[in-house]
Amino acid sequence: MNAYDLAFYLIAAMALVGAAITVLSRRLVYAAFNLLLAFLGVAGLYALLAADFLAIAQVIVYVGGILVLLLFGVMLTHRIYDTTLKSVRVQPLLGGLVAAGVAVLLIRVAWNTPWNTTPELAREPTTAKIGEAFMKHYVFPFEFVSLILLVALIGAALIGRSRAPKSGNGR
Amino acid sequence: MVQLPHFLTVSALLFAAGVFAVVTRRNAVALLMGVELMLNAANLNFAAFSRFSHNALDGQIFAMLSIVTAAAEVAVALAIVLNIYRNIETIDADRAGDLRG
Repeated sequence: MNAYDLAFYLIAAMALVGAAITVLSRRLVYAAFNLLLAFLGVAGLYALLAADFLAIAQVIVYVGGILVLLLFGVMLTHRIYDTTLKSVRVQPLLGGLVAAGVAVLLIRVAWNTPWNTTPELAREPTTAKIGEAFMKHYVFPFEFVSLILLVALIGAALIGRSRAPKSGNGR
Repeated sequence: MVQLPHFLTVSALLFAAGVFAVVTRRNAVALLMGVELMLNAANLNFAAFSRFSHNALDGQIFAMLSIVTAAAEVAVALAIVLNIYRNIETIDADRAGDLRG
């Protein structure tokens, strides 16, 4: 087992442990902080897959943005004196069966399919290539997704703001 | 030697964890966490196939677009969750049934 394999197993274990605690913990704040572990693990796996730009974007967007938003969500939707922040769990048996079925199916597919893979690709920086691809071949999806992001964020700000009484005809 | 199936296995387990969260949780924020786990699993698959296939970068670009969509999704979802909390004082997903016909 070389260093690459060792790094893979360690990082994968970190991600999976984080995901498991996220899913199983009854305390929402613990769940959110273990989601950090899972996101960082996935970022590490991106780095192992020679996707350096994707790894950094994962850290910035997920860890820096989405996780903070989720923590805001946890803390804004519970009264501040409610220290337990428990989340009830329903149908654990059925959920476990469904999740195990999905996992078994996907893992069987992963190992039994003769993937048409290339044996070895050079590891090189991808940032310049990704930028060029976004500006040339993928320019329409790029613009489209930026438009989606703009519209979604404006909509989120509109939906989420507190209804301050307007001057004059406040409701 | 770590190959494509290893990464796909990790991704499958992450996805299953997300499915478990979505099936068993009733707190809307916890549901969102499950959805994020599933999105991460899908992105990991994109990056893995991108690494082990001939056309090297397409998968990474798809994963980038997917990350942006996930950011938009979580922002809108949390705005909705906050509004539900403001209106019915709970974010139990089973009790937010006012729009049910």
